[in-house]
Amino acid sequence: MDRIPILKMGPFLLVTIQVDLYDRLALTLENDLISMVSKTGARGVLIDISAVSIVDSFMGRILGNIASMSRIMDAETVVVGMQPAVAITLVELGLTLQGVYTALDVEKGMELLQDKIGIFEDPEQEKEGPDDSDD
Amino acid sequence: MIVMTKDTMQIVREQDVVPFRNRVREMCTKIGMSLVNQTKLITAASELVRNMLKYANGGKVVLETISKNAQAGIRLVFVDEGPGIADIHQAMRDGFSTGKSLGLGLPGAKRLVNEFDIKSATGEGTTVTIIHWKNGR
Repeated sequence: MDRIPILKMGPFLLVTIQVDLYDRLALTLENDLISMVSKTGARGVLIDISAVSIVDSFMGRILGNIASMSRIMDAETVVVGMQPAVAITLVELGLTLQGVYTALDVEKGMELLQDKIGIFEDPEQEKEGPDDSDD
Repeated sequence: MIVMTKDTMQIVREQDVVPFRNRVREMCTKIGMSLVNQTKLITAASELVRNMLKYANGGKVVLETISKNAQAGIRLVFVDEGPGIADIHQAMRDGFSTGKSLGLGLPGAKRLVNEFDIKSATGEGTTVTIIHWKNGR
């Protein structure tokens, strides 16, 4: 069965989707990612979709799921590299990817993730984590 | 309206979806449709084949290149012999789903293309026709 590779880079997991996704492949990715987060204790997930030409409601839902599931497991998710045509289509479709962080490219996505998990915070506060979010 | 090319594809498995999307993309490129309009049409088509697979175990799609008033376009007709839709009005509403999805498929697909028509009879099946013109209008 096809699988999308997940790379571990320090505290982050990196996924570059290079193929057109069909539903089962997207579901497998969701599963694999969540198990990897749990196994590696990753603090962030970066998903590069710059090579993806179609994101429909199912794929959009998977992206949202990955973000919410990782958040519960104490990892943030950033989706990067969305093509303009895909963004236009998603909004018209009615999907706004609420709760999913996005960035223009991998570099900015990495910065955002580092920011989110506070890697470069004051060394004093580093251990405890400076912000305790309460919702 | 003139039909310039006509083709039929059977969709019976999930893996048929990717070649189908590629086929639609080829047709769009051939008539010179812009990338944004291609993406809209293919995304709408993707929603509709998913419905066909999910609710009717597949069906067929008729793919046509058409022309009207010197304007080229793509017409896709999704035909299945599934259970049909009891209440089309309800099915076309955002957020309604009898499955576990977001309920954006049908209304979303309608928003993405220029022309959208759905016919369904319970126990007989569903036919959805979409048309998207080259310039997206």
